[in-house]
Amino acid sequence: MDTGIASKLSVDKRESYGNFLKTHFRDYGMLVSLLVIMAFFQVVTDGTLLKPLNLTNLVLQNSYIVIMALGMLLVIVSGHIDLSVGSIVGFIGGLAAVLMVQFGFHFIPTIVICLLVGALIGAIQGYWVAFLKVPSFIVTLAGMLVFKGLLLSLLGGRSVGPFPVTFQKLSSGFIPDIGTSDTLNMTALALGVIVAAALIYFSYRARASQEKHGVETAPFGFFLFKNALLAVLLVGFSYLLATYRGLPNVLVIMFALVALYAFVTNRTTIGRRIYALGGNEKAAKLSGIKTERLTFLTFVNMGVLAALAGLIFAARLNTATPKAGLGFELDVIAACFIGGASAYGGVGKVTGAVIGAFVMGVMNNGMSILGIGIDYQQVIKGLVLLAAVTLDVYNKKK
Amino acid sequence: MTAILEMRGITKTFPGVNALDNVNLTVEAGEIHALVGENGAGKSTLMKVLSGVYPYGTYSGDIIFEEEERRFKGIADSEKLGIIIIHQELALVPLLSIAENIFLGNEQATYGIIEWSLAFARTKELLKRVGLKESPDTLVTNLGVGKQQLVEIAKALSKRVKLLILDEPTASLNEKDSDALLELLLQFKAHGIASILISHKLNEISKVADSITVLRDGSTVETLDCRKEAISEDRIIRGMVGRAMEDRYPKRESHVGETIFAVENWSAYHPIHADRKVVKDVNLHIRKGEIVGIAGLMGAGRTEFAMSLFGRTYGQHITGRAMLHGKDIDVSTVSGAVANGIAYVTEDRKTYGLVLEETIVKNVTLAHLSGVSTNMIIDDMRELAVANDYRGRLRIRSANVYQQAVNLSGGNQQKVVLSKWLFASPEILILDEPTRGIDVGAKYEIYTIINSLADAGKGVLLISSEMPELLGMCDRIYVMNEGAIIGEFPAAEASQEKIMHAIVKSGRR
Repeated sequence: MDTGIASKLSVDKRESYGNFLKTHFRDYGMLVSLLVIMAFFQVVTDGTLLKPLNLTNLVLQNSYIVIMALGMLLVIVSGHIDLSVGSIVGFIGGLAAVLMVQFGFHFIPTIVICLLVGALIGAIQGYWVAFLKVPSFIVTLAGMLVFKGLLLSLLGGRSVGPFPVTFQKLSSGFIPDIGTSDTLNMTALALGVIVAAALIYFSYRARASQEKHGVETAPFGFFLFKNALLAVLLVGFSYLLATYRGLPNVLVIMFALVALYAFVTNRTTIGRRIYALGGNEKAAKLSGIKTERLTFLTFVNMGVLAALAGLIFAARLNTATPKAGLGFELDVIAACFIGGASAYGGVGKVTGAVIGAFVMGVMNNGMSILGIGIDYQQVIKGLVLLAAVTLDVYNKKK
Repeated sequence: MTAILEMRGITKTFPGVNALDNVNLTVEAGEIHALVGENGAGKSTLMKVLSGVYPYGTYSGDIIFEEEERRFKGIADSEKLGIIIIHQELALVPLLSIAENIFLGNEQATYGIIEWSLAFARTKELLKRVGLKESPDTLVTNLGVGKQQLVEIAKALSKRVKLLILDEPTASLNEKDSDALLELLLQFKAHGIASILISHKLNEISKVADSITVLRDGSTVETLDCRKEAISEDRIIRGMVGRAMEDRYPKRESHVGETIFAVENWSAYHPIHADRKVVKDVNLHIRKGEIVGIAGLMGAGRTEFAMSLFGRTYGQHITGRAMLHGKDIDVSTVSGAVANGIAYVTEDRKTYGLVLEETIVKNVTLAHLSGVSTNMIIDDMRELAVANDYRGRLRIRSANVYQQAVNLSGGNQQKVVLSKWLFASPEILILDEPTRGIDVGAKYEIYTIINSLADAGKGVLLISSEMPELLGMCDRIYVMNEGAIIGEFPAAEASQEKIMHAIVKSGRR
């Protein structure tokens, strides 16, 4: 439209470095923390943390938490909470096991059925929360008990497995190699380079468009540094994976979902409306947003993602156990809050939740390598959650 | 006769507004002193100064109570001396019993252990004094508004009240309960308890008041003594509204066209008390390019009417017809109302108008995201251009459009809300108290915006409690009271006295 007005209105086009860092501390603080935590464990574990094998494990171990954190972020941003996701993971894993092992279903219809059941579970809970106005804490606490119980009854208290090999590939499979080298997986490396290049291209285009419209942009040096760092991390990460077995299937699924949800929350009308709903439900409603329907949909979405996580988790263990998914909801919720989501709704970012999930994941992994007992691991994780959120609250007050 | 209370030269300012300017109030011992004035005249602010809600130091002037200068740091200080205020919105805990409410914060306890038998016995005694026949363990939620009011008064009595302040005590009471309450005040007077009665119902005031202080625009106009001679309602109204009209409203030449919007027999019931009809068979119409006002006192049902019309956001069992260009339109959902060209700018912009933590940009486009997106994907730069456009046109003062709404002044927040609805390009704008809590300069700007909307051929429905605003802005004014339209004046024939008379007359039924 009218670029003349826009450029006239923005007085200071570029902020100074110090000022920029101060105002954007919240955006980058968590990423820096994650890198610091990784560096710390890299040193104290004598380099074990970033060994290709361990890195691959790190991705596999955390994929289902990251995937659920995407859905949980939307639920939390809309001003609610979902405590039932751990039980849904277990229940869907059990359902998949029963369908494939006991009834001999092929894995594709099994996956479809499981995702649909996840959507249905989300729809039921969402209906209670959005339309019957029962607090989400209560509804999903009930759901947590119900699905835990249903899992027990479904499996008859026993473990069911193993799964067909094709299904296991969901978790343990790798993207086939296009190269011929024995030591280096070319697909992984190539994808890493392509993704890094694409990211740089898009952020450069966004910056150019912003400058054209006279929007304040980050200092150029910072922009350069940020993108270079991101590219180095991505390519380095893919190189490390390439020296082991390449890209796990799960990583690709996870990456695609993260990109999708980042896009939905940042750029689409539905994403914007979810933030408005969580920021001020009454104002959102009076702006013509169908708040009930939107709340309902965030829960349906959560159900589907929890079901997907359940399938991945079951495939990884190669068996469905009555204890599967126990306590997952806590890790998922913690990931969102560590990543800067507000418990009051309306605030939170997809990237934050993903980083939060990896902060938890790296700590789990690093502490296990160090041989720290599960008891103290819990204590430390609890304190990190508290510290991260306290810092956030303190920053906001300033 | 000696004065129990003297407030001298009280001045209280809020950012940009002089809420109280050198106000004097003297209450004699054992009298009923009425405090009257239009909405926004400063009555409630004055009482908040007196009760310590605004502590010593945040205002200038002296408070002398029982012949000593007092400096209250909070409500607890004033209550200790026996100054008890009963607010219009009752401050009772609904799910506690009468006895628990009466002694809340003042429990009949030794070493932290409540002596229920003592509390119940004292409650019974207090309830007897206020004439309420209820058991002390009845939950407050099970009482009607009138009885709840009596519980509040009993609570005041339990604190050894010397000066009882009642803010619009009869606003939500029926006539029988109102009379009982006034009778009670007279009894207290006989026992030497002084009261300050804030009320819009002038007939009640002439019934019980010994003297009347009139406030207008934050200043004391006069104090009338009713003991010497009877004071007529006309006399009080003249004091309340008798101000010279200044040039506070931008000039506009109105070009009124054909009727574009009409409402027929619109009714709505209270969302909780299904038997209370809050909006009663409202009929009104708005013409092209016309600014139509709705006058009325607080609680007259104007906001309730507007919100029930706008996507049924208030009330239940809503009936009636809404018509645009003579055709029935669906206003049963907000999105339906918006799609049919209706916008409602709320009176409470912080609760209902803005997502405070979000930026100006995101607030401006919220009601019309489709205007800045293709296939549900928002075009950031188009959105930015829209926000910058409105920021320039409405002169929203901010560093840029990425500032959070919470950090803007009231006037600028209101401009953001207006921008949001202008961007949705409605044909009918319902503006509910659009200048509440806004300083004079920003008010003028908002008026200018409203005028330009009318000039652009839109219909504007302006709800305001400030009568000069309605008289200065509107082409036509409806008067609403107790949920019903009770009068209609063309701007040329309307005056504050006429509107006040219409309200007072209908209130007496």
